[in-house]
Amino acid sequence: MSTRLALLGSPNSGKTTLFNALTGLRAKTGNYPGVTVDRRTGTVQTGTSEITLIDLPGTYSLHAVSEDEAVAVRVLKGEMGENAPDGIVMVADATTLQRSLPMLAEILQLGRPTLLVLTMIDELKARGGDYDLFLLKKLLGIPVLGVVGNRGLGIADLRENLADPNTWARPTELPESNTEARFAWADALLEKVERHPVQESGLTRAMDRILLHPVLGMVVFFAFLAVFFQAVFSWAAPAMDLFAGSMDALADWVIHTFPPGLMTSLLADGIIRGVGAVLVFVPQIALLFALIFFFEASGYMARAAFVVDRVMGWAGLEGRCFIALLSSYACSVPGIMATRSIPSPRDRLATILVAPFATCSARLPVYALLITAFIPDTKIVGPFTLQALTLMGLYLLGGFSAILFAAFFKRGLLRGASLPFYLELPPYRFPSLKSIAVQVWRRLKVFLQTAGSIILVGSIVLWVLLNFPQTEAPENYTPAQAQAHSLEHSWAADVGHAMEPIFKPLGYDWRINIGLVASFAARELMVSTLAQVYAYPNEGDDFTSLGDLLSRPDPVTGKPPLTLAAALSLLVFFVYALLCLSTFAVVKRETNTWRWPIFMMSYMFAIAWLGAWVTFQSFS
Amino acid sequence: MNPPYSAPTTLAELSQAGVARIRSVQGDDDAAMRLRELGFTPGTEVSFCRQAPFGGPIIVALRGYQLCLRVREAKRVLIETIGGQL
Repeated sequence: MSTRLALLGSPNSGKTTLFNALTGLRAKTGNYPGVTVDRRTGTVQTGTSEITLIDLPGTYSLHAVSEDEAVAVRVLKGEMGENAPDGIVMVADATTLQRSLPMLAEILQLGRPTLLVLTMIDELKARGGDYDLFLLKKLLGIPVLGVVGNRGLGIADLRENLADPNTWARPTELPESNTEARFAWADALLEKVERHPVQESGLTRAMDRILLHPVLGMVVFFAFLAVFFQAVFSWAAPAMDLFAGSMDALADWVIHTFPPGLMTSLLADGIIRGVGAVLVFVPQIALLFALIFFFEASGYMARAAFVVDRVMGWAGLEGRCFIALLSSYACSVPGIMATRSIPSPRDRLATILVAPFATCSARLPVYALLITAFIPDTKIVGPFTLQALTLMGLYLLGGFSAILFAAFFKRGLLRGASLPFYLELPPYRFPSLKSIAVQVWRRLKVFLQTAGSIILVGSIVLWVLLNFPQTEAPENYTPAQAQAHSLEHSWAADVGHAMEPIFKPLGYDWRINIGLVASFAARELMVSTLAQVYAYPNEGDDFTSLGDLLSRPDPVTGKPPLTLAAALSLLVFFVYALLCLSTFAVVKRETNTWRWPIFMMSYMFAIAWLGAWVTFQSFS
Repeated sequence: MNPPYSAPTTLAELSQAGVARIRSVQGDDDAAMRLRELGFTPGTEVSFCRQAPFGGPIIVALRGYQLCLRVREAKRVLIETIGGQL
């Protein structure tokens, strides 16, 4: 049994950054309280031995008030089905020692071997602060080390010190066990070891003057968003076109190289076109992740929570719920897990129930495809096009709807007094580009794994349903007509036709219905379906994008697959419908019942249907 | 004529004084305990940073860090103005 050590400390003190530096792992970090909501273990090689390091959610004391804090306390006390750790590594942000040092007294009172690590020593120095660490070590009686976790400074030294917690020196004297005595103890200690007090961050003061300004702050925020959504269309588009073109060329090459038959069709249409149609959106999704991780790492998240707290208060929620919603914009699975930092169970449930309205990255392929096909690329204001603004509108619609429905639930189903709200505002920190790149890559890997599993299997299943039973087309048919004939007699067509009573009022024909049914497994399958359904044999050598195929008249029926009204209605449907098995599973796990995920799926479907119906009726 | 001046008595009125000292946090529930654990202990100096519009939350600085809290919680923290100021 190897030695087990736990990293403990206030939220946002840099525990996970330190964990990553020590273990070589790449767990998610950010500059706001509550990034880590579950424990995580890794292995540290100390040179002489191997130790197991446990990264814990941050907590301000051992008296937990939320679920993530409770995890930290339970692990520490050995109440999680395993022994208590052999030693505790208390992690404290060197720039906020006045606040964080008192908790050390609480930890030392547990009587376990303890080591103190001061993080962000570089920032402390930059802000003029200086402590006599040798004196601090002497006065505390326990090992004290300073590190800069994100740059690896002091890590080698720390690693050696971690090897055997039983050799760590024990504290000399401890204060009484009450909060006031602990703070007095810490104040007295710091007075002795402080050479220069740490100054307020000048950058933070200057940036807050703009970003927290009631008017200016909003203007800057929305301008930033607009630039971002424009970038999704303008910058990522060339990479996308290149990729889409090569996918199409690859499918054609397969068709022309291998003997015609079922296997060739499966490879070209089912796998390459089906999965490729989703992979095309990798550049845009990478850009989206980079933006969200930039927000999270800069220190803006907690500020955003401050700015919108008035609105959240109206909805009966608090700033932390807003942070969980913002995180859901990458993917609602981590967003729903982030709700563990919300102390009130009712607020937490209300946030879970609306989190999937936040526009996750799986919707981006559907949005981008339909927008490029149906929304003109005209300039509206300055460099901003109608396409980019429509995309931004869809993202905002998701966010506003989430808050609106949360208010609705909090006023009815989940009525209850809200718990006190407090949130620490960290100083702004310039995110390390490397750490953002690492996190973007980590999320992209999840996306690619989805593409390689659910999307791949889904595309193959779709191909089977779209191509069987095999029917003979009359001999005088063109290749396109033959394909349309085979599609109309497939099992998929039966499914699509069966759904007509439900989806006809929304403006979709049976082909779109096939995609909608597939979307219940994963939203991206909508794009895979369309890519397979409308993959007519190329008449010439020209590459036609999927978007163009959707908006131009179909060579067989003479009508375009979708009208503008139906496309808008489909967009609205995707804003509201819960089409994701992973979200369903995570809600089941976090709420520990089938009731809430089933309720969510049902009410979101009802809203999606109504919203899409209103949209279709108003535009047609 | 301005109304007669009365010294601010809770953290919610801190904007009038700018800087003050904590006297106590009222109550013994989780919220009061958490505020003490965040450093709102008697004698601690606390300064006002800003308030969100329309009675939104306030940001205060204490013990070298900034904290955002709602007016309802701020009302539970009793303060005294620092000698020399009004």
